[in-house]
Amino acid sequence: MTAMTRREWLLSERPASRRQARLGQAYRTWLTFRSNWLAMVGLGIVLALILVAIFADVIAPYNPVIGGDLRTARFLPPLTGDHLLGTDDLARDIFSRIVHGSRLTLMVVVLVAVIATPIGLLVGTTSGYFGGWVDTVLMRITDIFLAFPRLILALAFVAALGPGIENAIIAIAITSWPPYARLARAETLTIRDSDYINAARLQGASSARILWGHVTPLCLSSVIIRVTLDMAGIILTAAGLGFLGLGAQPPQPEWGAMIAAGRRFLIDQWWVATMPGIAIFIVSLGFNLLGDGLRDVLDPKARK
Amino acid sequence: MSDTTTGGGRDSALLRVAWKAVKLVATVALTFLGLLVVTFLIGRVVPVDPVLAVVGDRASQSVYDRVYLELGLDKPLYEQFWIYLQKVMTGDFGQSFLTKRDIVDDIARVFPATLELATVAILIGTVIGIPMGVWAAVRQGRFADQAVRVLGLVGYSAPIFWLGLLGLLVFYARLQWVAGPGRIDIAYEYALTPKTGLLLLDSAMQGQWEVFRNVFSHIILPASLLGYFSMAYISRMTRSFMLNELAQEYVTTARVKGVPEWRIIWVHALRNAAVPLVTVVALSYANLLEGSVLTETVFAWPGLGQYLTNSLQNADMNAVLGGTLVIGSIFVGLNLLSDLLYSLLDPRVRRGR
Repeated sequence: MTAMTRREWLLSERPASRRQARLGQAYRTWLTFRSNWLAMVGLGIVLALILVAIFADVIAPYNPVIGGDLRTARFLPPLTGDHLLGTDDLARDIFSRIVHGSRLTLMVVVLVAVIATPIGLLVGTTSGYFGGWVDTVLMRITDIFLAFPRLILALAFVAALGPGIENAIIAIAITSWPPYARLARAETLTIRDSDYINAARLQGASSARILWGHVTPLCLSSVIIRVTLDMAGIILTAAGLGFLGLGAQPPQPEWGAMIAAGRRFLIDQWWVATMPGIAIFIVSLGFNLLGDGLRDVLDPKARK
Repeated sequence: MSDTTTGGGRDSALLRVAWKAVKLVATVALTFLGLLVVTFLIGRVVPVDPVLAVVGDRASQSVYDRVYLELGLDKPLYEQFWIYLQKVMTGDFGQSFLTKRDIVDDIARVFPATLELATVAILIGTVIGIPMGVWAAVRQGRFADQAVRVLGLVGYSAPIFWLGLLGLLVFYARLQWVAGPGRIDIAYEYALTPKTGLLLLDSAMQGQWEVFRNVFSHIILPASLLGYFSMAYISRMTRSFMLNELAQEYVTTARVKGVPEWRIIWVHALRNAAVPLVTVVALSYANLLEGSVLTETVFAWPGLGQYLTNSLQNADMNAVLGGTLVIGSIFVGLNLLSDLLYSLLDPRVRRGR
């Protein structure tokens, strides 16, 4: 590596090792992604969300659940004193609540992805790989879940499990996996008869090993794109459940629940309900932009 | 395709259609059964004791036991499901704990409000969305395309209930352009003889234009809001279908023949793009049901969505499951309808290709 810069090493036409080839491929993908400025904005928003969630305690100037003086600090409009976004009916600093609420939002997104993606992958790859009646049964079940509008099914589940953010996460995850299963099945169908799968089978690999080691990795990229594109929807569903009083419970600073609480004062103290909505909007816009960008880079077929 | 012209081919084509119909019916029946299983199972895992919900918590043990038997809770699960199935098939979803009425009656009472809202919304979404999508496709990559894209992105990213609240704040409270929450002012509520339950239609048929104006000023804001969300989806899909069509060779042929550009776009290409668009419109009509749950809550719209959320907040499980089942069935029905329309409109699908 004496005469080569790091960039040249990455973009080398003749990679000397597997690692170099992989890193080079990743670097090329990154170069394409970087040229899409909207996707970069999306990435920036998502990274900002993660940073804000990690450093919420440092960033937030006030306590998110304990308010100030009820006689003097209620309903302060934005930019009064050091209350950037004003205060609510319990004299709590809205900016601090939004900053702490980012943790809840991030938690919902991450947990739903962590629960729903493996279920979808497992159902989809199994269905596509085995075919026959396994495929029929699994896809029927998937279709039944797809037959409900997502929010309505999530509502019914939360009604059964009881309100609360944990149950909202479970309900959203239960309603999120079917599209991933469909996608994973379609991908599996295209690769299940390929030579390398047959080779693995002839070497005596078990079905579980083939599914896990050879089929699933190839389905991952398209499923991940789909999950990223869905994240905005997940955030909106969680906020909707919070708004209806079925998600996070007070005094948790969940953005949807904050809008519901501010609704009573909408006419006179508009900022109480407006500010958390802006936060939801920015974050789900970020995920949408990022998902679009990822799709353009990783799935050239969909580019138009 | 050539075999359809011969006698034997016609027979096999008929058979194919019949087989398709049987398969379709079986699929739909299975999906409905699945919907029922899901709602039934959800109903069983509720932590609310269904007996206590009926008798109240002051009832004696003997009353409790009697109701327990009456509700069939001592029977095995599959038998309970069988009873549930029979009841639902005869249109019996049980009684609402909240309104003390049959849930079927409750749903029939609130449904027209949702239907009216969704219909006005889909009209707005289609009438604006399709031309916007066409325009974006024609001007691909230019300013118009970007503007349509941004408008769509905002639609995908903004929480609908928040936009609704902002709309109320700006257009109702500040500018006073539209009427506030609800379907109609109380003063007009009894001026109409209810016929269809669709207030716009009722007032127009009875020639009560003052009432019509009032109803219109109530519906326009929530309907525009819902319409905006379906517009975002419809225009995006129109754009991609049109791009697909405009790249076809028949468009080049038409251009070479000297057909005016507007005719190529609006007659030749759009007509072919219209086939998949029917599916898109039907699907977004179904999606409006979902959006209506949150919108109706914001606008105090007395429809199915508000009924569902009210029942949810009062743990009225029968009503929740009944409403969920109805919405699920409509969803399945609209999906089926869009499939059928698709095969009816597209000659390639119609001939079994």
